[in-house]
Amino acid sequence: MKGRIDWSAHVVLCLGAVLFLLPLWLAFVGSTLDSSAIDRGELSLVPRLSGLSVYATVLREGAPGAGPVGHMLLVSFGMAMTVAIGKIVISVLSAYAVAFFRFPLRITVFWIIFITLMLPVQVRIVPTFDVMASLDLINTFPGLTVPLIASATATLLFRQTFLAIPDELFEAARMDGAGPLRFLRDILLPVSAANIAALFVIQFVYGWNQYLWPLLVATDPHLDTIVIGIVKMIGNETQTEWNRVMATAVLALLPPVGVVMLMQRWFVKGLTEGDK
Amino acid sequence: MASLVLEDLRKSFGAVAVLHGIDLTMASGEMLVIVGASGCGKSTLLRLVAGLEVPTGGRILLDGRDVAPLDPAERDIAMVFQNYALYPHMSVFDNMAYGLRIRGIAKDAIRTRVESAAEMLGLVPLLTRKPRQLSGGQRQRVAMGRAIVRQPKLFLFDEPLSNLDAKLRVQMRADIRRLQRRMGVTSLYVTHDQVEAMTLGDRLLVLHQGRPVQLATPMEVFEHPADTYVAGFIGAPSMNMFPAALSHGGTAASFSPDQVIAFADGRRPGADGRKLVLGIRPEHVAIDPAGMLLQIDLIEPLGSETVVIGRLPDSELFSVKLPGAAPAAESMAVSIPAAHLHVFDAETGLRLDPVGGG
Repeated sequence: MKGRIDWSAHVVLCLGAVLFLLPLWLAFVGSTLDSSAIDRGELSLVPRLSGLSVYATVLREGAPGAGPVGHMLLVSFGMAMTVAIGKIVISVLSAYAVAFFRFPLRITVFWIIFITLMLPVQVRIVPTFDVMASLDLINTFPGLTVPLIASATATLLFRQTFLAIPDELFEAARMDGAGPLRFLRDILLPVSAANIAALFVIQFVYGWNQYLWPLLVATDPHLDTIVIGIVKMIGNETQTEWNRVMATAVLALLPPVGVVMLMQRWFVKGLTEGDK
Repeated sequence: MASLVLEDLRKSFGAVAVLHGIDLTMASGEMLVIVGASGCGKSTLLRLVAGLEVPTGGRILLDGRDVAPLDPAERDIAMVFQNYALYPHMSVFDNMAYGLRIRGIAKDAIRTRVESAAEMLGLVPLLTRKPRQLSGGQRQRVAMGRAIVRQPKLFLFDEPLSNLDAKLRVQMRADIRRLQRRMGVTSLYVTHDQVEAMTLGDRLLVLHQGRPVQLATPMEVFEHPADTYVAGFIGAPSMNMFPAALSHGGTAASFSPDQVIAFADGRRPGADGRKLVLGIRPEHVAIDPAGMLLQIDLIEPLGSETVVIGRLPDSELFSVKLPGAAPAAESMAVSIPAAHLHVFDAETGLRLDPVGGG
């Protein structure tokens, strides 16, 4: 770090950036072209400015085979937020219980949570669907989100974070008169803010990218997420309007990117300003 | 200000008994230091009083009220932790105010109390800082401040100085003592450092493997250690101890090689030949041209004093503390003044006092 530019590192970085950005750029350019031009394979590298109106069109009207993208964005956003926040609430509480309290079968409970790591949605999809069906939650927003909320990964992560917090902090708070919930609110959550931010980013993207579960549980077009919507736009009986598909894909990218960028500031701050 | 009484306080973790029945009565305003090697149960004792552990048996009376069933928050006790346990995301002010806020004390009163404590501890310019922006000594003072603002009945200190460097430790030691005297709060102080124990306590409680060995003033513990453990633990360098046997009708002890030392303070009980352990503090060993020859092994100059470590014929390591510089020789002749001799029973390790004051 002597202020000297390391050219080789720069070249590698630039190559990497191009490698990642090129497909995105192509999608963006494609969204501004004529659908028929893409069909003919005439993909350019320069966007056609007059084609930008496609974004307004898809947001309002969608494309053949799928409803307005604006609504799908809302559904996706609602789902990703519910899943991310729900996961954090549930896993913070369960990790708190497992890490800080001694109760009968504590270790057993911990292992049961641990074992569910081996049962992701894909594995338990049929029984989960059955449960949702008997609860009458098919084609509802809760049915779409609740089964995705339970999270062993987040619970384990928080447990590790909490175990790293010195017992004395808990004890000092107890002597100061803080009850368990107060300790959670006043001490534990602020101290783990960086972890919560990081986990929120990961889980938001996870929720946003869900495909299989929404496909099964929500057949009502009103509950189409944007990921489902993109698939519905392709290969239906009418001709695929590729420029609209690409515009939708670009729109689908924006919220996760926004969340990452927004929260990144947060958790980098949390990391650099942490104790020690 | 409150008195603290412990009655047969016991604690076991599973089958392992950590404390075997502690009885203790502390007067109001007293500072009692619990001292012992690590694992002797001293921290457990403190945590029982704090309410962070549940006793297996016995009673804890604070001002005559049994607090054993109470939650830590209800006991009106404040504790200073070894690693300070400051809330990392709160400012110094908030760290000190937190306990008061929970107790629902008015904002103005909190401000007054925190500010007066901060003034007492020299923390006023640091009130808005976060713990990570403070040095070890400053954090230590914040931890003290957090205890002070609560105005508790009892202070508990769990090795509060062991994370500080030597110079700061000496300074903080004096500060703690001054503060405790000034506030007159009954205090229990746990340490493994015998200098801290000697300098801070009105009385010492020496714990060994979960049992109280001696409860007395620091000077009493130093001059009349109750057993070989206390004798070896208190005082630096440690007391020299060597095996001997009772002789001359209980008025003297003999030890190898062919040495006899007459007791200065009277006859010890038991038949001749009873196995003893004799102790002599390094600073009490006298230089005596007619004495035993000590082969010098190592010299540790301390400035105003010098510690000479060597071997007597047939003996374990033996240390001598001399005023001034060390002799420039490979050996020196030393003798053991009878007036400073400590006599212990070899089997039980207990101190043997002269019979009948004779």
